[in-house]
Amino acid sequence: MSRPEGMRGSRRSLQVKFVPDEDVLRHISDDAGTKVRKDKAQLSVNVKRFVKKLENISDNEAQEILEENYVAALGICAQDPVGNGSNISGGEVYSFQTPKRSNKMAELASQLAQTPEKNVSPDDSKCPEKMAKTPQSSSNFMWAEIVWKCNLKKKEFVSSTPYRLRKRLAAPDPYLESESEYSASCSEEEDEDEQKEVSTVLSDQKTPAKIKAASTPPPRNSLTKKNKEQKMGNLVEEYFEAHSSSKVLTSDRTLQKLRKRRLDQQTLHDLLKNAPLAYAAEIRDLNQQHESLFSKWMLQLHLGFNIVLYGLGSKRDLLEKFRTSLLQDSVHLVVNGYFPSITVRSILNSITEEVLDHIGTFRSPLDQLEFITKRFKEDSSLELYVLIHNLDSQMLRGERSQQILAQLSSLPSIYLIASIDHINAPLMWDQAKLSLYNWLWYETTTFNPYVEETSYENSLLVQQSGSLALSSLMHVLHSLTLNARGIFRLLAQHQLEKKDNPSYPGLSFQDFYQQCREAFLVNSDLTLRAQLTEFRDHKLIRTKRGADGVEYLLIPVDDSTLTDFLEKEDEDV
Amino acid sequence: MSTCSVSKGCFVFKPSTKKRRLSDKTAHDFRCTSNDSEDTELRFVTCQSLWNQIKSETEKIQENLNKQLLDNLVSFLSRSHSDFQEKTTEWTCRMKFREIPTAALVLGVNVTDHDLTFRGLSDVLQDNITPYVALLEAKDCPGIKNLMQKLMGQLMKCDIDVDSLEDEDCVQVSQNRIRCSMPSLISWYDSVTKKTDSETPSKKRNSSSRHWQSPPVVVIFRDMESFTTKVLQDFIVISSQHIHELPLVLIFGIATSPMIIHRLLPHSVSSLLCIELFQSLSCKEHLSTIIDKLLLTSRFPFKLGEKVLQVLINIFLYHDFSVQNFIKGFQLCIVEHFYSQPLSVLCCHLADIKKRVYSLSHNQCENIRRLPSFRRYVEKQESGKQIELLTNDSFLKEETEKLLEDLHVYHENYVRILRCLHVFTSSLPKYPLGKQIRELHCACLENRVWETEEYESSLQLARMLNKTDLVTILQQCVEILMSSSGKEFDRAVGKLKEFLTQFQNLEEASQERDVSVSPQKELQKKTDLYHLQKTLLELKESRRSKKLTKFEMLRFEVVDYIDSLVRRYLVPADQRTLQEIVYFNGAAVLRGHLNAAPRTALHTALNNPHWYLKNQALRCDGGGISNKAPDICIVYKLHLECGRLINLVDWLEAFSTVVMAAEETNADAASSDQVDDVIHARFIRAVSELELLGFIKPSKQKTDHVARLTWGGC
Repeated sequence: MSRPEGMRGSRRSLQVKFVPDEDVLRHISDDAGTKVRKDKAQLSVNVKRFVKKLENISDNEAQEILEENYVAALGICAQDPVGNGSNISGGEVYSFQTPKRSNKMAELASQLAQTPEKNVSPDDSKCPEKMAKTPQSSSNFMWAEIVWKCNLKKKEFVSSTPYRLRKRLAAPDPYLESESEYSASCSEEEDEDEQKEVSTVLSDQKTPAKIKAASTPPPRNSLTKKNKEQKMGNLVEEYFEAHSSSKVLTSDRTLQKLRKRRLDQQTLHDLLKNAPLAYAAEIRDLNQQHESLFSKWMLQLHLGFNIVLYGLGSKRDLLEKFRTSLLQDSVHLVVNGYFPSITVRSILNSITEEVLDHIGTFRSPLDQLEFITKRFKEDSSLELYVLIHNLDSQMLRGERSQQILAQLSSLPSIYLIASIDHINAPLMWDQAKLSLYNWLWYETTTFNPYVEETSYENSLLVQQSGSLALSSLMHVLHSLTLNARGIFRLLAQHQLEKKDNPSYPGLSFQDFYQQCREAFLVNSDLTLRAQLTEFRDHKLIRTKRGADGVEYLLIPVDDSTLTDFLEKEDEDV
Repeated sequence: MSTCSVSKGCFVFKPSTKKRRLSDKTAHDFRCTSNDSEDTELRFVTCQSLWNQIKSETEKIQENLNKQLLDNLVSFLSRSHSDFQEKTTEWTCRMKFREIPTAALVLGVNVTDHDLTFRGLSDVLQDNITPYVALLEAKDCPGIKNLMQKLMGQLMKCDIDVDSLEDEDCVQVSQNRIRCSMPSLISWYDSVTKKTDSETPSKKRNSSSRHWQSPPVVVIFRDMESFTTKVLQDFIVISSQHIHELPLVLIFGIATSPMIIHRLLPHSVSSLLCIELFQSLSCKEHLSTIIDKLLLTSRFPFKLGEKVLQVLINIFLYHDFSVQNFIKGFQLCIVEHFYSQPLSVLCCHLADIKKRVYSLSHNQCENIRRLPSFRRYVEKQESGKQIELLTNDSFLKEETEKLLEDLHVYHENYVRILRCLHVFTSSLPKYPLGKQIRELHCACLENRVWETEEYESSLQLARMLNKTDLVTILQQCVEILMSSSGKEFDRAVGKLKEFLTQFQNLEEASQERDVSVSPQKELQKKTDLYHLQKTLLELKESRRSKKLTKFEMLRFEVVDYIDSLVRRYLVPADQRTLQEIVYFNGAAVLRGHLNAAPRTALHTALNNPHWYLKNQALRCDGGGISNKAPDICIVYKLHLECGRLINLVDWLEAFSTVVMAAEETNADAASSDQVDDVIHARFIRAVSELELLGFIKPSKQKTDHVARLTWGGC
């Protein structure tokens, strides 16, 4: 009866012990009894704990589910009617690079151009997302449209929908035809291999496209799982495809060829001013919602929090309104963070010099900060509101600047309210800075255009406005002697004469000297050199040495500005 | 005055001096803000006093928690330079003197909480050990020179504090003018200590009786990881040269692990240190204590709803482990609650309730009637009382007072029973209801805990506890219930005690029985397989109808009793009448303010403008957007279809296609050239806005191209 136990025992310790039957029975029965109960209990525990997660994980969307759990855990599910837009999961916002074909943008444009018609084909309107993700399946029609649109003039575009439907029903033959048209018209724009790729894609996709066009879209729920798996597979493939080649295929068209007048800052400004702002009423409503929070901001500022505003749209007007409506009676400092030459130093300076009326300089911003801290701690009646537009601007986003601003904002009698716009702005702050700032976040999506914020951007690629260059040119030139102006004029004229020559190196010094002499502008080599040094100091000219060691002079201003300049000069004279 | 300028970025506005607002403005804000201005002043005062109480409470908690650590540190410091005190000249001692006594303080990753710890530390040190404490932070010490300067500045300033401006020259000599070097530090130290020596005994007792004759100089490195290795090494090497002249003690604040010391310092340097390790309390325990003392108590009338608590705890666990931030969130909850709920004026201590209830205005009574929980309550009353409640203000006030008192009693009982239940669940295997009391608390707040699966399984597990465990648990429960002041639990305590005595009796009985069964008889029985099998079968038959042993019966009884207590007292708070007055439930608001997601907001605005702009034209099913969307949305959508580089011409053309299609219906008349220019301008604006937002940047790789900076977001 007790054999199994006895055996085991003897093998180990060579000790045989008699165990009475009752004991064995009790042992077995007890064991079994507890086991049954325990199993049951643990089962229910396990069910709750793991099954929920495990079955999801097996479903290829573990990521999503975990994310959802996390989001749900943070209590996001409770949505307030005012609506803040942060209820989407991160997977949608952050994802991998996927390969893009060069014509995709045009496709989307044409697709968007058609959406207002309410009789859009059902599969388009129902799942445009899917279309965007698997473009091959549906892009053929788009292709055809693009092609067709290239041929037709834009004015006839109104009749698009019926045509589109017709196209859809037609046999695939026209594609070939239209494709050749496209390549003919755009051959200079597309690379050779790109062409090939496009044509293979077209021929590959012909049959599935036809099938898809003929059949109605399948019921979603039966295919969701399959779709997901496919999507996952696609994602992996797409990732590697996108990262396989460093070469990016884009068309070679340039703005120069567009033969459109380039807009300068002023005309741009005027045009935009005259253009009506879309959805003005809705935007006003939105802003009014934010304005109702002003007094709450005040309260929270006074309770030791600082406020940061985020969301799409310029928050400048909102903050200005806050300032004019609530801060009129208190000392406040407005900082335009987007101002291109703003520094922490200038902010600190304006606090010490204008708010604290301190005369004197400081060795380092840290000293200055210490001084400010001391003054504010000594004098409890002193308080200061600081409004910073674009705390995340190029000049302020550095680690040290943020550290100083954070320390400044942690003073109990300095109230900071700031706005951020850049998508990566929160990365500026680590835990230490965050706790110094003691932020309360407010979503204030205003949809206002960033007029002021972008007005300083001269790196803007689209229009290289010459007006600023021109006015500075005029300004400098006016302060020079008549002879000097003549010298510059000569150089400018020469440069304009050669403007059609793309490899024009500049005017060589010797030739220039000769010309100047002939025009009685200089009398010696040295005077010309002195004059040129002055030009160079004002960045009016650039010199470079050619291969033969000869010095070439060039005005680093584009031709149109130079022409304008000469015209203006002529007027003056 | 305008704030746009091309030459200036900062604008200071100073109002004329007499117009400045006075200091009572905060209360003023509170008043002018709330929609219905009922009792705002009182509410504000209540809010402030509550917050101040909570704040001081948290500080006290922190102090208590750190007490152990600080005591250890103090004893370490007093030991560290005992040799120096005696001024021994033995050779071994002098050898040992090369080593700087160092305390490595492992504080955990919640850097933001360290502030309080260090403040407490330096206070304790200045009180007990030495007036010479310097606290250095990495951001102030980019080089050894700055470090020395900072160090001397702090040391000499504290010297001034102690001597209370005795000698003027010491004040005038600013730290900048002294040459910052170790010798000057030593000479300063000598002069200071000698001065205290030469002082008259009576004066000495006054000023620095707590300190010894030559107190050590303590240098605290607040965040050791962020110091430059070179600075640290240099400082240690230099000061080890002078250790026999200057009794230096270092304290390293470490956020990660003690290994970092050896990673930062080479062996030659770390061998100059005599390191002792101190571990501070983990932040999780800290949080538990805070929750225990702030939330699971009836001392504070203000309570957090389930969702809110969940948000706060999750921010703590997922994001920062910072107790400081947890308390900040708690503060925000208090402010929000008192700001947005006009009835929060009744969220006060029991003693004040009567007065406040009776001074309620008619409007406030209406507010009470509008509370959902109150409505539910009214519906349950008989019709006569219903009318009375809805029409008669004074009757309503009486009832309100009673209900609020009920609520208060409910809280007290709730906490006790919650603790009892926690004693049970925390001893179960796998912790079906959570290990921490906060998890249990959340579960109980969320819904009826006895209806959950976890509760079911934990009861089942509790029915399997062995006797010793069960007895200790019961004893703990009795203690918890005894500690309550009210008479509520007298019966429960009696019952539990009865159980305990029954267990006691059971034990004795079984002992007796054990004695009675003689082992001799058992042995005589013959054992064989056949019989065993037979008996087992019989046993199996009898099991179905088997009577439980006495112990098992008792165990079931105990568990059932606990279950009945739970069902009676752990009713979720949102089912209580008038809970809105004391519970804060704005989880979404809280999350928006503390754990914002700027990027997702931007994403929503760009992809789904209809979310913000309630215009039918923007409405679009599925994931797409309509072509009437704001320019920036269209430009954004188009750029999503591009690869790493984007051709501006293509982009512009695509944009104008979309925009023209959208406008064709209404703007035919305008000359095409004009329209083109406007569209061009709008495009330029939208692109530069995208650049400002950080989606694209100019690229030099190809003419008229921009580079894309983000991926995803279809």
